[in-house]
Amino acid sequence: MGRLARLELTEAEKERMTLQLDSILGYIDQLNQLDTSKVEPTTTVISMVSVMREDEVRPSLKQEEALANAPDREDVFFRVPRIIGE
Amino acid sequence: MELYRLTIHELRDLIQKGEVSPVEVVQNFLVRIGQVEDRIQAYNTLTSRTALAFAKNFEDMQVRKEEVPPLAGIPLAIKDSICTKGVATTCSSKILENYIPPYNATVMNRLNAAGCVMLGKTNMDEFAMGSSTENSAFKKTKNPWNLDCVPGGSSGGSAAAVAADTCAGALGTDTGGSIRQPGGFCGIAALKPTYGRVSRFGLVAFASSLDQIGPITKDVRDAAILLRVIAGHDPLDSTSANIPVPDYEAALTGDIRRFRIGIPSEYFIPGMDPEVEAAIYEAIRVLEGLGAVQEKVALPHTEYAIAAYYLVATAEASSNLGRYDGVKYGYRTARSEHLIDMYMRTRGEGFGPEVKRRIMLGTYALSAGYYDAYYLKALKARTLIRQDFTEAFKRCNIIVTPTSPTPPFKFGEKMDDPLQMYLEDIFTISANLAGVPGISVNCGFTKSGLPIGLQMIGKPFDEETILKVAHAYERATGCHKQRPRL
Repeated sequence: MGRLARLELTEAEKERMTLQLDSILGYIDQLNQLDTSKVEPTTTVISMVSVMREDEVRPSLKQEEALANAPDREDVFFRVPRIIGE
Repeated sequence: MELYRLTIHELRDLIQKGEVSPVEVVQNFLVRIGQVEDRIQAYNTLTSRTALAFAKNFEDMQVRKEEVPPLAGIPLAIKDSICTKGVATTCSSKILENYIPPYNATVMNRLNAAGCVMLGKTNMDEFAMGSSTENSAFKKTKNPWNLDCVPGGSSGGSAAAVAADTCAGALGTDTGGSIRQPGGFCGIAALKPTYGRVSRFGLVAFASSLDQIGPITKDVRDAAILLRVIAGHDPLDSTSANIPVPDYEAALTGDIRRFRIGIPSEYFIPGMDPEVEAAIYEAIRVLEGLGAVQEKVALPHTEYAIAAYYLVATAEASSNLGRYDGVKYGYRTARSEHLIDMYMRTRGEGFGPEVKRRIMLGTYALSAGYYDAYYLKALKARTLIRQDFTEAFKRCNIIVTPTSPTPPFKFGEKMDDPLQMYLEDIFTISANLAGVPGISVNCGFTKSGLPIGLQMIGKPFDEETILKVAHAYERATGCHKQRPRL
C-alpha cells in the first residue's frame, strides 16, 4: 500500500499506522449497516456537468515563473533522477 | 478604543469618511501583532511592509480626493493554503515550506480589488487535515481564550488571529468543518458557503468535492461583507456556480419572525457535553423570543457521516496530494538514485503523520478489490445524507445545532487516537457532504471561560437566511462583543 501511494514509511511508522488504520477501518465498517442497493452514488453536489470553453489559447504562466520553484533545473527542464534502467 | 478592536464595517466607515487613515489602521494592527502574536502564534508569514505600502497608496489617493475601493485598507489574515502570488504558501507542511506561488487565488484578486490588504498567512493543520491545528509542521497556535487549549482546526491560525484582534477579519477553508469548528472554539463568526459559491481556483486542494473558502470574522455583518467580495462565478473554477451574488449585508434586517428553526434530534446525543447542550437550548429560546418557531426534523443518516467523509475526503486527498513528488516545486529528498525512490522518500520525509495516514486510507479505499466496498459505498451514503437535508428543508428555513460536541480541548488531549480527533467533526461534516452552507457564532462560554459555538445550516445558496438569523441572534445577545484577555 505504501508503494502504491508512493510513500516510504519507517518500520515504526508502518507498525503504528497499521494499528491506527485498523481501528479507523473498524469504525468505517458500520457503513455496511446501510442498505444502499437502490441508491445512486453522489460524485458531485453541483448540477453542472462537463463545463466547457472554446479551445482558444489564452495567457498563462511564463516559462521562468513555472520554473521558479524547481528543486533542480537545467536550462528549461526540471531535472530528476534516472527514470529507466537499473 | 483601539482601532484593532473594531470590526471590518466599523473600520470601513471610519476610513471611507476620512476620519482615520488606512496607514493608521494597518500600523495599529501591526502594534497589536507585536503585543500578542508571540503568545498566540497564529501567523506563518507576516507581510507588514507590503500591507503598509498598499495602505499608503490608498492614503495618497484619499489626499488627492480620489475615490478608494469600498474596503480600502482593511487588514486581513489569509489561511496558508490559499495561493498568494510572491508570498510563501506552505499549507503548514515541510513539503511546501519554500513554495512561492506564481499566481494569486481568485479570492485574493477579488479581495485586492476591494482594497483589502494582507497582514500575513496563517497557520493551519498540514494540508487542512485536522481539527486542532496541532498537525502543523511548523508551530502550535494557541486559543486566545486559554493558551493551554487548541484554537480548533484546520483554520486555527485564522480563527485565533481574529479572536486576538491581530487582523480585522480572515479567510479560512472548510472541508469537514475547518472554518466553523475553529470559529466556534475561538468565539467568533465563521461561515462555510454552499459548495460552488466561492471559487476554489488557487486553493490548494484537499478534497475537491468538499473544499470551500469562507470568511472568519468578529461578527456576522463582517462575514456578509467578505462573502459578497469573494463569492461568484469564476471561469477558472469549473465547479463554481453561475448564480448571481446577492447583497448579503442587505439581508441583515434583524427580522426573523415566523422563521422555522429545524432541530435535529440526531445532533443532541446522550453523552454530549452538558454545558454545550445547555447553551444551545438557551440559544434556541432566544430565537423563539425573536419570533422564530421550533420544528423537529430528522437527519437519520447523521451517524454514518464521519465514516462516509473519511472515505470520500481521504480518497480525493490521496489523488490530489499525488502531485507532491518533488519534481516541479516543493521539497525534494536529498538522496535518491531512481525516480520512484525519489517520489517515495520525498513524500515520506515531507509529509507529516496525519497526512500520510489519510493518503494511505484513501489509497486503500480506492484500490482494486476495495473500491466498491469502501469508496462507492461512501458515495451512496453521501446521497442518503444529502437527501436527509433536502427532506428536512421542506419543513424549516434553517437547521440549528451545536458546532462541536465539546468545548475547546487541551493540547495533546486527542492526539493519541486519530479516531477521537475525527469525532470532533461530527456536527459539521454532514454540511460538507451535502454541499450546504453553515455558519458558527458564539453562544456563550463554559464555566471555565471557553467559547461555545452555535451552528446554523441553510439550504443550498441560501447564505442570506443563515446570515440573517445569525445576525439577529447576535444583536439580541451581544455574544460577539466579548474579547479574550490578552
